[in-house]
Amino acid sequence: MSDIKITVNVDEYLALNKFEVDEEQAHIELVENPDMAEFLKLVRVCPAALYKVDAEGKTSFDYAGCLECGTCRIACGDTIIKKWSFPGSTMGIEYRYG
Amino acid sequence: MSDFDAIIVGSGCAGAIAAYELAQAGKSVLVVERGNYAGAKNMTGGRLYTHALKQVFPNFEDEAPLERRITHERISMMTPDSNFTIDFSSDDMLVSGQDSYSVLRGSLDGWLADKAEAAGADYIFGIPVEELVKDGNRVVGIKAGEDEMTADVVILCDGANSLLTKEAVGFERPRGSAMAVGVKQVIELPASVIEDRLLANEGEGAAWLFVGDATKGHVGGGFVYTNKESVSLGIVATISDLASADTPIYQMLEDMKAHPAIAPLIKGGKVVEHSGHMVPEGGRDMMPPLVGDGVILAGESAMMCVNLGYMVRGMDYAIAAGMHAGRSAVAALDAGDTSAAGLGGYVKALEESFVLKDLEQFKRFPHFMESTTRIFNEYPAFVRNAMNTLFIVDGTPVAPLKKSMMPHVKNIGIINLLKDVWKGMKAL
Repeated sequence: MSDIKITVNVDEYLALNKFEVDEEQAHIELVENPDMAEFLKLVRVCPAALYKVDAEGKTSFDYAGCLECGTCRIACGDTIIKKWSFPGSTMGIEYRYG
Repeated sequence: MSDFDAIIVGSGCAGAIAAYELAQAGKSVLVVERGNYAGAKNMTGGRLYTHALKQVFPNFEDEAPLERRITHERISMMTPDSNFTIDFSSDDMLVSGQDSYSVLRGSLDGWLADKAEAAGADYIFGIPVEELVKDGNRVVGIKAGEDEMTADVVILCDGANSLLTKEAVGFERPRGSAMAVGVKQVIELPASVIEDRLLANEGEGAAWLFVGDATKGHVGGGFVYTNKESVSLGIVATISDLASADTPIYQMLEDMKAHPAIAPLIKGGKVVEHSGHMVPEGGRDMMPPLVGDGVILAGESAMMCVNLGYMVRGMDYAIAAGMHAGRSAVAALDAGDTSAAGLGGYVKALEESFVLKDLEQFKRFPHFMESTTRIFNEYPAFVRNAMNTLFIVDGTPVAPLKKSMMPHVKNIGIINLLKDVWKGMKAL
């Protein structure tokens, strides 16, 4: 992935969306020390770019900008996604256009 | 004695219409929608073929929040340095019941939910249904937060990412080769600018699909739908294939927006929303059982969606399925039998309608696309090369067309070309 040029900052687009972030509870959890090949799949398929690998190769994941599409559950539901649930009552993405 | 005749999970196209049908027939109906309003969690590309909605609401054109009537069908084959577009319009696209409109789900789903509520359905918003209540194999209700509520029939209309269908009918999580991921941005532009740039009359617009460079040669495509005062622009890509791509889907979207064939269309536009959604595309073979004891599945929770590259459909299936689910549930309630057998009228109705006929018809098409990657790579390049030969004039003496075109065809191989055309025809 390191040779792929990422020019877009999806966080800036997510900032345009309306979210009620559930600070108390993560609705998606990964296993500890996730397999890198599996993690890179999620980097490619997550439309919100929530799965990131930095220049040093360190992985990070933040559920806060989740669009609740479930793509990571389909891609890695039996490998590195440990838990996938919907955010709690009234929480999460709130599309105004959709 | 159950709390309700029917509980419906999810107020999208299928759920709201199932609720409407049940309430119209005088049944007690509760709709549980996890969004804070109908549409809050929903996204479409999107375009709605109206024939199914017209069956339920004959006067929908006067009331429904439609964006633009689609009067231009455009398909493009795109390489990084070229774009070849077919633009089709016809009077037949203007006939009520065979026309289509661009829509946004925030407004469309709100209107549908209003219809169900006005007919007498009760609504709870903002609460996800976490579990079903079961009595043996039979679904008898739902758990939402602290509350448990029971019904004689539960209708699951909770979308492509349903977490309940396994519990309901034993449906295992679909494979990544049968599901695509969609990413979309809504980009605001003045109505007159959209009409000028798309050569569309007032209130009319285009549905535009792109194959090739939009997904960097991967299985899927790009799309543009014109709304009243915005453009919906995005990418749909099959998850299993995308997982091995060099470029993440969000970067594909950004690059597509910068392509010379698209950049002028959205120039000066303002992105107002970035959304994501899964698209089932496996056809009849990937569908779960449509009924179980005490439970019906309708819409995307039952994988009712078709992606043919030149056409993406889901909402008209969901609307028809919601209508049949509601009507069949009424009949089963009246007969006092909401077991899987008692709800069998739903499956029969769908088998006799376009819904299951289409999903059966197109079930081989996704496999054809996946196994024919030339569609996304060699063919767009072939079209570019052929068009360059046809249109570029640089003073070199012109060779007979047959002679100048043959090298391009040979690049692909005549046998490959014929094979792909034949396979494609068979899959449709």
